Amino acid sequence: MPVQVAPKIEVRASTPQIPTGQSKVVVRDLNFHYGRVQALHNISLDIPERIVMAFIGPSGCGKSTLLRTLNRMNDVIPGTRVDGQVLIDNHNIYEPGTDVVELRRKVGMVFQKSNPFPKSIFDNVAYGLRINRMTQRYSELEERVEQALKDAALWNEVKDRLKTSALSLSGGQQQRLCIARALAIRPEVLLMDEPASALDPIATSKIEELIFDLKAQYTIIIVTHNMQQAARVSDTTAFFLLGKLIEVNSTEKMFTAPTEKLTEDYITGRFG
Amino acid sequence: MDLHRHLDDELSSLRDRVLLLGGEAEQALDRAMYALGERDSEVARQVLEHDDQIDHLEVEIDRQCIDIIALRQPAARDLRFVISVAKMAPVLERIADHACNIARAAIDLNNEPELKSVLDLSRMAEHALKMLRASLDAFTSGDAIVAREIIKSDSEINDLYNHTFHRLIELMVTEPATATRDARLLFVAKHLERIGDYVTDICELTVYMAEAAFIKHT
Repeated sequence: MPVQVAPKIEVRASTPQIPTGQSKVVVRDLNFHYGRVQALHNISLDIPERIVMAFIGPSGCGKSTLLRTLNRMNDVIPGTRVDGQVLIDNHNIYEPGTDVVELRRKVGMVFQKSNPFPKSIFDNVAYGLRINRMTQRYSELEERVEQALKDAALWNEVKDRLKTSALSLSGGQQQRLCIARALAIRPEVLLMDEPASALDPIATSKIEELIFDLKAQYTIIIVTHNMQQAARVSDTTAFFLLGKLIEVNSTEKMFTAPTEKLTEDYITGRFG
Repeated sequence: MDLHRHLDDELSSLRDRVLLLGGEAEQALDRAMYALGERDSEVARQVLEHDDQIDHLEVEIDRQCIDIIALRQPAARDLRFVISVAKMAPVLERIADHACNIARAAIDLNNEPELKSVLDLSRMAEHALKMLRASLDAFTSGDAIVAREIIKSDSEINDLYNHTFHRLIELMVTEPATATRDARLLFVAKHLERIGDYVTDICELTVYMAEAAFIKHT
């Protein structure tokens, strides 16, 4: 496979107007390779606590790759290599000896396609709690499942059928169930990889409202191809191109007056 | 790509329409002042008759802006352009309304004895027209520097207005018999002064469009 050479991209120095606050996630000089192909180039990014940050950019720009480096999901892909640092609460998650299971408990993930287990609604949400032995009593397990379903704005729709198969739920409900499953183990950071791309506008709206509510408790990072969705749900937006971080700014500034011409060209649809 | 070309076409059409509206407002003012200066009531009536078309054009621009926002969801410079046009169209329509008021005053004044060479009304009108043309050019080229210069030049109209105001008040005191005429001329002067303010609004919108900077009330 030929080595992909990223074109030279000039980026002017800018002062991102992003919400201040303690950084929950800090990425420093991060490079990522799939074999000989470099997918991320020297990414440095601070993500403050309890905000929603959107990653946008064209397909293949590295936004999902970066998302997956934040809970080491790329570790399972053979031939990948990462250098640089990802600090979560000041701890470098790529340090030898990092407990990856604990990391993924702390940094939950929701995928593009809902992936409920072929189990009951209750058992789906209880799954992480059970395998991590996070509850002492069944009543406590029930409470945690109920709370997670409430947090995922699904409780009222399923409370009377918790024992029915999760596969009987609609696409939007299945995605909220997956969010509930991620929330049940009480993560601190929630990664969302195009969580609403397969949903209709009503289900999408519910997911977006949910994201808005969840940011009071969680730091949320969402990858989306839907610019309006990024504009609606996020506080800050980061734009990537060919594995490089081009601009990170408050979402308001990004969509009304971006600093970089490349960003402007992309969000006005005049890219390329 | 076709979609983006489509948006470009729509933005281009919007630009053409708002410039057309600007041209109409400019022409209305020019003709109203001609009607006043040359005591030509027929031209004044033509200005009034044409105003409906200007109103109609403003509504069309409004609709077009709403359609683009709803259907194309413009962002960044495109959004700033559409918002600027949406706010500029009523300003231009208002300028045309002021031109109509001057045309009405001209019809009334043409029945009064003529007052010659003691007022700065024609200079005010020339300056207002010059500002309006320049502001439309600055908008077309997205030139924030020129727009800022035009804003500064509004003080000239204000100075002329103040001078005219005091002169007309003097005339009302010294020649009470012509007070009705002088009051009408005072309104004409006020209309021209307001047009200068509206041109300032257009320039502020051009600065916003070009630089995303809000300079209103600064």
